[in-house]
Amino acid sequence: MLELIIVSTLNGVLYGMLLFLMASGLTLIFSMMGVLNFAHASFYMLGAFFGYQLSRALGFWPALLIAPVLVGAIGAAVERYGLRTVHRHGHVAELLFTFGLAFVIEEVVQMLWGRLPVDYRVPPTLDFTAFTIFSTNYPAYKLFELLTAIAIFAVLLLVLTRTRAGLIIQAALTHPDMVAMLGHNVPRVFMLAFGVGTGLAAVAGVIAGPALVTQSNMAGLLGPILFVVVVVGGLGSLAGAFAASLLIGLVQTFAVAMNVSLADLLALFGARLAPDAFFAEITQVTVAQIAPIMPYLLLVLILIFRPRGLFGTRET
Amino acid sequence: MSPAISRVVAFAWIGLMAGTALGRADTLKIAYVDPLSGGGASVGQVGLEHFQYIADQVNAKGGVLGMKVEILGYDDKTNPQEALVQVQKAIDAGARIIAQGNGSSVGAAIEDFVAKYDDRNPGKEVVYINYAAVDPSLTNAKCSYWHFRWDANSDIKMEALTNYVKTRPSIKKIYLINQDYSFGQSVRTEARKMLAQKRPDIQIVGDELHPLLKVTDFSPYIAKIKASGADTVITGNWGQDIALLLKAAADAGLQADWYTYYAGGAGGPTAIRQANLADRVFAVGEGFANIDYAPARAMETEFRTKLNGQTLWYPRVFNMMDMIFRAIEEAKSADPLKFAPKLEGMKITTFDGGEGFMRAADHQFFQDMFVVALGPLGAGQPFDEEHTGWGWKEVGKVPADQTVLPTTCKMQRPS
Repeated sequence: MLELIIVSTLNGVLYGMLLFLMASGLTLIFSMMGVLNFAHASFYMLGAFFGYQLSRALGFWPALLIAPVLVGAIGAAVERYGLRTVHRHGHVAELLFTFGLAFVIEEVVQMLWGRLPVDYRVPPTLDFTAFTIFSTNYPAYKLFELLTAIAIFAVLLLVLTRTRAGLIIQAALTHPDMVAMLGHNVPRVFMLAFGVGTGLAAVAGVIAGPALVTQSNMAGLLGPILFVVVVVGGLGSLAGAFAASLLIGLVQTFAVAMNVSLADLLALFGARLAPDAFFAEITQVTVAQIAPIMPYLLLVLILIFRPRGLFGTRET
Repeated sequence: MSPAISRVVAFAWIGLMAGTALGRADTLKIAYVDPLSGGGASVGQVGLEHFQYIADQVNAKGGVLGMKVEILGYDDKTNPQEALVQVQKAIDAGARIIAQGNGSSVGAAIEDFVAKYDDRNPGKEVVYINYAAVDPSLTNAKCSYWHFRWDANSDIKMEALTNYVKTRPSIKKIYLINQDYSFGQSVRTEARKMLAQKRPDIQIVGDELHPLLKVTDFSPYIAKIKASGADTVITGNWGQDIALLLKAAADAGLQADWYTYYAGGAGGPTAIRQANLADRVFAVGEGFANIDYAPARAMETEFRTKLNGQTLWYPRVFNMMDMIFRAIEEAKSADPLKFAPKLEGMKITTFDGGEGFMRAADHQFFQDMFVVALGPLGAGQPFDEEHTGWGWKEVGKVPADQTVLPTTCKMQRPS
């Protein structure tokens, strides 16, 4: 039991940090700038495929540097020539634009790399077991994910709260006219922030690619959960996104470990349903079976009881 | 009607007539309805390539009854509702043969739809040919005259796997992990039943169901398997669910034997190689690349050359198309009402050289089944998987006649 708890905690933290790695860029774009970017997971996917292609040619470490820059440039271009025009027409237009963009990116990826998973491997320098606990191996690569996520969190937090650039970004969202009056090029601030946000998504892609499977539907699988992270964490809060990632990682991991069902709970109170009774099927479903929908349940609950999210500064 | 509209209608009508007339004259349309996007796409896409490959081969030899074979691909996204929309589209496009495989939930919906469609549209019958949906109920409780299945059903596969388990005394504790839908549930039930009969001493230490094609990180499940102390895992997972499961096991260093249905699918061999589980991952199927049968090896080589090294995953698709074409030629008609009776009881030499037959009672095809293991290539084993240097080799064979399980099907035949 102790073994399962410790291993699950570790798994939960590792998964949570991977989530944060992917959500950090979206936090910047969605919760800081207020742009509804449905295509965020697609940039993450682009990062993974660019990382794959570049690491074959140049090795993993150069790929980790170059791929995010390339994807960031694409992101900035998308902002400059697409979103900027669309942005004026409000959230619905943004949503439709990025929604379409997600499909376009997926099609392009399928055309270039096919629909099958590509053979994107963990770099040999990180392909060893970092430590073993209760005979479960923890690959060094997972530790690397964890450390990168924490580093990104720290750097982002510092930049946003302690530097001029961060202050301008935050101010550009709430008081764009004022910031423009003060002589800052607000559209350029937005373009750069969007570029950095998509670049961060690409960092997550390059790193998560070998850990998860790099294939053309990876964006679709992760897209929804990133929004859960940002909304649960609270709009405008980086710390919130960090906490929400951890929370979701832990909740989901522990839920999988639990074999408790409603029937067991009823049995505690001495109630026993006949196996063929109405609803008996539902009471047999274990927590483990519904683990993957837990984050969405959390999302619904948060929206009902605390629409600002955990540490949010404004309403969703 | 305004002149403009009536002109459009007239053109559309002419187009439609021309289309159907052409369709009748020189093409045999076979609709392929399977996931071409989403978590099932990695296998669905390759399935389509098999059909395309066979069509090209047949067309190069002059087609079937002088008709060119045309494969129409439809994306069902592994979703039963979506699949029915696509089947209707396929029928509207003139296809009377519907092929599907991935997802028994989808298979059940199509089987039901086709049966009803044929009831309501006499003279326009369509037939559903199933190459991979293996839920036993499709040829038992839900069986239909208009459905034929070429893959061994899940019970037959489990029979083969558990027969092999029986010979391995080292197995003490088994963990079951399956996808939470009709097929996964039938795998777990059947595994429990057969293990209780064949190896009552084996302890089942876990019985997990997880959502179909939705999990991205299986490490929590692996932690659970590890905590249970299992030495062997049985799973019917397919598509990304088997690839990610094996990958998570590889990362955590889980040292267990795996008895699977579909470890050979996209990403599976790569993960097995990474976990270094040499000869410890087993799969069950009707054939494999390294089989010692020259025609199959020749075809494998040609297939891989033509499709960028893609393994020929589905010998059964070759069996299926072979029999369909043969039935059409015997009946001298591409009308399912006429050629379906020819399929009943048909015997063939299968792709892998064995004898196979289509049982008339439930439209289930029976063939030799192989249990294979993935490991370093030995002498005379030319084919590896996914460039890993490891390939599949035979560890057990169940002859076709030993795979014949009874059926509860009460077939309603067209009068």
